[in-house]
Amino acid sequence: MAKELLKFECETGNYHTFCPISCVAWLYQKIEDSFFLVIGTKTCGYFLQNALGVMIFAEPRYAMAELEEGDISAKLNDLKELKRLCFQIQKDRNPSVIVWIGTCTTEIIKMDLEGIAPSIEEEIGIPIVVARANGLDYAFTQGEDTVLSAIAHRCPELKSKNSFVFQNFFNYSVKKSSLPLVLFGSVPNTVANQLTNELKKQDINIAGWLPSPRYNELPELGEGIYVCGINPFLSRTAMTLMRRRKCQLIGAPFPIGPDGTREWIEKICKVFNKKPINLREREEQIWSNLDDYIQLIKNKSVFFMGDNLLEISLARFLIRCGMIVYEIGIPYMDKRFQASELNLLEKTCQKMNVPIPRIVEKPDNYHQIQRIRALQPDLVITGLAHSNPLEARGITTKWSVEFTFAQIHGFTNSRDILELVTRPIRRNSNLKNLGWSKLVKI
Amino acid sequence: MKLAYWMYAGPAHIGTLRVTSSFKNVHAIMHAPLGDDYFNVMRSMLERERDFTPVTASIVDRNVLARGSQEKVVENITQKAQQEKPNLIILTPTCTSSILQEDLQNFVDRAAINSECDILLADVNHYRVNEFQAADRTLEQIIRYSLEKIEKSNDLVKTKTSQPSANIIGIFTLGFHHQHDCREIHRLLKDLGIKVNLVIPEGGTIESLKNLVKAWFNIIPYREIGLMTAQYLKKVFNMPYISTTPMGIIDTANWIRQIKNILQDNCKINIEEYIDKQTRFVSQAAWFSRSIDCQNLTGKKAIVFGDATHAASMTKILSQEMGIRVICSGTYCKHDANWFREQVQGFCDKILITEDHTHVGNIIAEMEPSAIFGTQMERHVGKRLDIPCGVISAPIHIQNFPLSYRPFLGYEGTNQIADLVYNSFTLGMEDHLLEIFGGHDIKTVITKNLSTNENLQWSHAALVELNKIPGFVRNRIKRNTEKYARDNNIKEINVEVMYAAKEALAG
Repeated sequence: MAKELLKFECETGNYHTFCPISCVAWLYQKIEDSFFLVIGTKTCGYFLQNALGVMIFAEPRYAMAELEEGDISAKLNDLKELKRLCFQIQKDRNPSVIVWIGTCTTEIIKMDLEGIAPSIEEEIGIPIVVARANGLDYAFTQGEDTVLSAIAHRCPELKSKNSFVFQNFFNYSVKKSSLPLVLFGSVPNTVANQLTNELKKQDINIAGWLPSPRYNELPELGEGIYVCGINPFLSRTAMTLMRRRKCQLIGAPFPIGPDGTREWIEKICKVFNKKPINLREREEQIWSNLDDYIQLIKNKSVFFMGDNLLEISLARFLIRCGMIVYEIGIPYMDKRFQASELNLLEKTCQKMNVPIPRIVEKPDNYHQIQRIRALQPDLVITGLAHSNPLEARGITTKWSVEFTFAQIHGFTNSRDILELVTRPIRRNSNLKNLGWSKLVKI
Repeated sequence: MKLAYWMYAGPAHIGTLRVTSSFKNVHAIMHAPLGDDYFNVMRSMLERERDFTPVTASIVDRNVLARGSQEKVVENITQKAQQEKPNLIILTPTCTSSILQEDLQNFVDRAAINSECDILLADVNHYRVNEFQAADRTLEQIIRYSLEKIEKSNDLVKTKTSQPSANIIGIFTLGFHHQHDCREIHRLLKDLGIKVNLVIPEGGTIESLKNLVKAWFNIIPYREIGLMTAQYLKKVFNMPYISTTPMGIIDTANWIRQIKNILQDNCKINIEEYIDKQTRFVSQAAWFSRSIDCQNLTGKKAIVFGDATHAASMTKILSQEMGIRVICSGTYCKHDANWFREQVQGFCDKILITEDHTHVGNIIAEMEPSAIFGTQMERHVGKRLDIPCGVISAPIHIQNFPLSYRPFLGYEGTNQIADLVYNSFTLGMEDHLLEIFGGHDIKTVITKNLSTNENLQWSHAALVELNKIPGFVRNRIKRNTEKYARDNNIKEINVEVMYAAKEALAG
């Protein structure tokens, strides 16, 4: 049989997703001493307040710098206005870093945030990082990408080019010594610890994380440092690390699902010439723990409408679990950054003997709904805008945003992914004999 | 620039979208960047809507920035016209398109050439109007446009219905208890022998608007949205309207009397008899406020905050109908401040007009009311300060879209409000018993230190005494006592000091 190749399509881009400024929701929690200032309009504020619900009431370390008509028409001076707000933030919260999130509006009126930041930074003595996480250029999780790539510029320079080489040379026998490896991507601290421990088992000690839990603990970067991403939407950050910080990128599938995690670790081991210890066994053991859930989804079909860029990795994992993927919608596909992941997807499809799903970049939700109607998949992974209407039409859905907020990385959390994926299936099988699965008049 | 954590009223386009998606078979196309269609999520989640929200975005991306939308908007409109075959498409500007200043009207005109359906550009400016104002304008715009068109083709039915009839204008998607209120108004009108002609916009169609003028008069239940439409219909078609909100016993009666005024001799029933029967025997609220339970509420202090309609009505109900002292009443509808002042004048000690939730929070903390009636934000302030809160107005969360029947208007509404008020204050008898028996709340809440001064020493006896005070006022007593002690340079607080503080405060 001739080897089937991945097929990429591109539609109109009329799809629903979250605005990338939503990344403040998890980043302000991750970087404990930060403050995020979103410079935008009421529209941005309204989105944040509704999307993040209860977090708003918990005195979060983020706020809107709400632009008024005077700001748009340049009657007010941006520098003065921002300085006033930043002084106030410093007084009220005293953060170690203020992150300015540029939005569509600052983009359109060409507010020179990168130009203004240094002078205010100097005056108030707090670093100000500028990230343009706007809906003109990016979708949802890519917001984190813009913030991390901005922060990558602020990581301290590696003190000596050869320090790691020296360290390793002198401390050859000392187990504690860390390899020049920095992982990038924001995950809750527990997940970061789990992944760190997973690598430790392979005798790989990492030098740090980007982002670190505190701003002044950012890892050193420079020539000789290896970096590896843990999320598929971090292509800009990867680019910055390679081009601007001269780091070496380890291209690997992402540690999502036991298969992804094993491949991810194997790739890192290979770079550092470590022979994987007990890795296959560990993967097998995780798979056997998943068996009850896998029985629920085996041979069932799934359709990704696409909104958070985790789609390729999740689809690959679900195919390995025995599901049939009809379509992988995805906002943006960086074929180079995701090369290893795409490769693994291809291999997984061959291994499981299923056709390779179509990958639809910038999907059109209207057309997708037509395809869903025709295909009647067993599960649609989609945003909240479409979940309830699809459920009312008897189509089982899983809310995709949950995958970005749940813990899904590493061996330990593989079960959590399936917990999410099977939940609607388990719920609906509880209700299936009631005879009211279609709840709209047609 | 304004540092903001939270806002009461949403941006303009939300208002426009609430109007368009309330209508049946009307589609909105937002001229907006990716991610601005969050409205769809709100409607699908909060309203638990079963149908796809008829809102799509014509995405503004980097290319649009560079070259203008050009064919994109026009294509999106004509495509949607073919796909969904709506009666009307509303092109909705957002904050982004407000600054881009593209000639959206031109796109609308061009799209109209190739489309079967009507196309309108919502006339709202993001930087000038908020959600409510935008909704009010958009509704008027759609009604005006449709009626003018229908009239031109001579399809407008101008003869009045033989039976008295009314339109209900202002029932919207994502409105606070709107569906329930609408049902209650239906019930009231049925009792009065009045037919409901049309409900606009929720569930209405553009085609049905040809019957709009058939009604004898219009009912505008909410101050915020619908008035412009009513004024237009009054001016052009001489339709009278009632803009009183039938919330609370007194205003419901006023509302019914206004209907009587409009109907004159066509009102078949004796409305004073009807009002009397409803007030005294059907609604339980009048009896409730007379019952001994409600005695315990006398003079209790409350703060009210919300949109103009609900905050004004609630203030009047609390002070006129229940004898509760409203120490502060406020609204975030700054654009309607004068009306609000006029409404609550004399029913509260202080009037507050602000959009700043921290300001509202500070006033609550300062005044320490026994209960708050406000929005979700005030509910959270209340949680922090240990003050109960009843939610009476948007902004709201999913729990404010109850499945069961919960109107705020009409006679059933008075029952619901009475329950809400009663449950918000600590139950009277419980309050009393707690005082007698020193409280059932044994865990030492006093460790949750709210005072700033750490030097003050509480004697053992005083602590024991403090523990006897019911939990929900304990912190306040503690703070007041400490304040008194500090003011009088007292280092150790004993039982005597506590009583002295109480007396000093009372004096």
